[in-house]
Amino acid sequence: MKQNLPAMTRYGRVLVIILFAGLLFTPSLIRRFGQPATARADQGSANAQSQHGFRLTDATRAAGIDFVHEGPTLDSKLSHIMPQVASMGAAVSVVDVDRDGLSDLYVTDSKEGSKNRLYRNKGDGTFEDVAERLGIAALNAPETGVSMGAVWGDYDNDGYDDLFLYRWGRPELFHNDGGRAFTRVTDAGLPAWANVNTAVWLDFDGDGLLDLFVGGYYSESINLWKLSDTKMMPESFEYANNGGRKYLFRNLGGGRFEEVSERVGLSSRRWALAAVAADLRGTGYPDLFIANDYGVSELFVNDHGHFREVGRDTGVGYAPKSGMNASIGDVFNQGRFAIYVSNISEEGILLQGNNLWVPSGGGNAPTYENMARAMGIDLGGWSFGAQFGDLNNDGFLDLYLVNGYVSASKTESYWYDYSKVAGGNQVVISDAKHWPAMGDRSLAGYQQKRVWMNDGAGHFVDVAQMVGVTDRYDGRSIALADLSNRGVIDAIVANQRGPLLLYRNEVAPGRAWIDFDLEGGCRSDTATPGCSNRSGIGAQVTLHWNGQQQIQTVTGGSGFCAQNQRRLHFGLGTSQAVEKAVVRWPSGKTQVLTSPSPNQVHRIEEPA
Amino acid sequence: MTADAIATAPPAGTGSPRRLRIDPSFLAPLLITCVLITGQIAFGFLESWSRTFLAIATAIIVELLVVRLLYGRWPHLASAYVSGISVGILVRSPAFWPYALCAAISITSKYVLRVRNRHIWNPTNFGIVMMLLLASDTVAGLSVQWGNNLLPMVFVWAFGAVILRMVGRLHITVTYVASFLVFAALRAGITGHPLLSEVAPITGPMYQLFIFFMITDPKTTVGPKWAQSLVAVLIAALETVFRLMQFVYAPFYALFIIGPIANLVEMAMTKERQP
Repeated sequence: MKQNLPAMTRYGRVLVIILFAGLLFTPSLIRRFGQPATARADQGSANAQSQHGFRLTDATRAAGIDFVHEGPTLDSKLSHIMPQVASMGAAVSVVDVDRDGLSDLYVTDSKEGSKNRLYRNKGDGTFEDVAERLGIAALNAPETGVSMGAVWGDYDNDGYDDLFLYRWGRPELFHNDGGRAFTRVTDAGLPAWANVNTAVWLDFDGDGLLDLFVGGYYSESINLWKLSDTKMMPESFEYANNGGRKYLFRNLGGGRFEEVSERVGLSSRRWALAAVAADLRGTGYPDLFIANDYGVSELFVNDHGHFREVGRDTGVGYAPKSGMNASIGDVFNQGRFAIYVSNISEEGILLQGNNLWVPSGGGNAPTYENMARAMGIDLGGWSFGAQFGDLNNDGFLDLYLVNGYVSASKTESYWYDYSKVAGGNQVVISDAKHWPAMGDRSLAGYQQKRVWMNDGAGHFVDVAQMVGVTDRYDGRSIALADLSNRGVIDAIVANQRGPLLLYRNEVAPGRAWIDFDLEGGCRSDTATPGCSNRSGIGAQVTLHWNGQQQIQTVTGGSGFCAQNQRRLHFGLGTSQAVEKAVVRWPSGKTQVLTSPSPNQVHRIEEPA
Repeated sequence: MTADAIATAPPAGTGSPRRLRIDPSFLAPLLITCVLITGQIAFGFLESWSRTFLAIATAIIVELLVVRLLYGRWPHLASAYVSGISVGILVRSPAFWPYALCAAISITSKYVLRVRNRHIWNPTNFGIVMMLLLASDTVAGLSVQWGNNLLPMVFVWAFGAVILRMVGRLHITVTYVASFLVFAALRAGITGHPLLSEVAPITGPMYQLFIFFMITDPKTTVGPKWAQSLVAVLIAALETVFRLMQFVYAPFYALFIIGPIANLVEMAMTKERQP
């Protein structure tokens, strides 16, 4: 047959062979020329600051912080897979606990009998642990469960942020008594037991009182220290609906809350790991985005106090992944929030890719498109917490991502056994006894962190190694705050079974900034329409400068088990003038600040 | 089981009434379209429709161009359609290009890697393995389940079995599945892991495509039924070796190696027998 082929066909055969060879070479060409950019300068390079505009230095020890997280020891029926089950609990949240104008840090531990820390900022670059003295340290025990995280919000509008502590166990509310002590709120109406990994403060009904969303991970019927059987794992790696229930506690005033989730349309049994609340549609009411492990994300839009799940309609609830983070940022300076969700990526095994949901379409009915790949922020290993913040004050929001699941043996991996079971039917995956023993093996351990710098042109560049973020701990929670009131954003990272890290930021000179401390107008512990919660949670500031705009909002928790400083920080680049700042309060009031001065913190109270 | 291959395979039950016959070239596209629709409607299991369409379109366009270029005629597109859908389901990547590239490699491999005018690798298997080897930083395979509702899975298995029976290929699948279960027990004995953890992979969707569309491909399997069954056992055996070495995509690699070797051996034996 070959001899009978016409000349054109023989020529064609050569062409097809060349084409085939070219196709096989394509991946290496793409790897060489088309991969997401990563800064290639030597780490610690002296020009890091001048090239990227900032440098992060590990200042943990200098700050007097010596916290090392320890994990829990759950029921012995799980001992063969304990490292992967007891893999969360390292969390950090930022609060100005005593209203001295300095950001303090609350850090959770998870070993039975361990103590949480409240690092009070002394203002000289050092911190002191005052948790024990204030009564919020010894909060981890088998009978109460162990801490998973904390969020702060002034639920009674007395001016001091109160503490909501969530556990795999009993969630608890602590009233902040003027920054001098905390009182356990015993009749708040919280459940006796829930295995929670996310909570956010929000005023969902606009009555001036902060309400509380709480998202369950494991079912609340499970006590992880007293298992009746081993059927406590997700029923599916991507379609699990046997997780913990969701709670929405409506603030009744007087330290009492009413659970209203079913009534207002907030019901789900997915495995929630992260949530963020923000007015995504300009309605004046906060919507709620939930990143779920073992399934799709959920977006509950808020129609005047009633929620409606629109994940699939808007595009964010389409492809199931392993959601572990929910944070928001105006990455294009277009006055709209994008939502960042972290997932799992492991070369050659599982490449879910992280999601950056960028809104398009009408303001009141946005649809979202995942642009993480296009912008170079999709692959971050076994990703956990992430936060947006302008780390180099260039006027564009950067992204700091922590990652790594279980770092144990440096030579043995659990990935094969993990993927083997994860692909199985629910009969297999949902029962821990079917999971192979993990031993000392690592699972996505020792991973390189990502500090993605926004170039302002639709792309992010990973500069982590160059700017000084070189740790390989199992990162869980990250929070951003200006710890020294210098007009720069520092980073605080909580690592599972690892040290709390404080990265002090040094920004190149010549870059301006402007900050806003917002305080809502409500002063009453009862519902007061027409004013906003005193914490200002839900308030939005849209800054207009140099022909561009950027929107930010005060959140009552974001990322993974984290809460940033409530103060809003804007980098201005080389601009030294701001046109205006438009403050939109949860009450609906709008306040316009004309030509606010840069390089200072503006303390804004909601007008009467 | 590529569609053009099925067209050449002698349908079982040739004595059945003419009105019950279905053009065999449509069986594979019909089955895989059912898998696609069932999986997507029941679970939304695709990375995205657009990626799958890209894979299908690329496979069809490359098939058209290559066949036209080589043989000066327009090809039957059922095979390319099946390959495109298989790639669209089996490839997992946050990027778009791997879907197009895998589909293109799969199709062109049929016309480049030939021995005695016969391609010796299953095209999709070749494409997937190449992507896993050459682009593991961007590509993974389908490794997770489609959901917890057993009904769609039972439907796909039952429908697939009926079609394989019609084209006389069911024995390959049955032999492979039986071998897999035996070797799973062996692996559990060797590793000390729970038996169900070793059985778990075959309950996932990757295997549905593997046993219905790859190991049964008449174009790239040997002729005699006993030899087909033997090859299925050997694939399961080599897969077990790879699994003990902790290769996540062991079945693809096993078929990638055993498939062409079996074909070459058969060709050599056929040549010896020829006067």
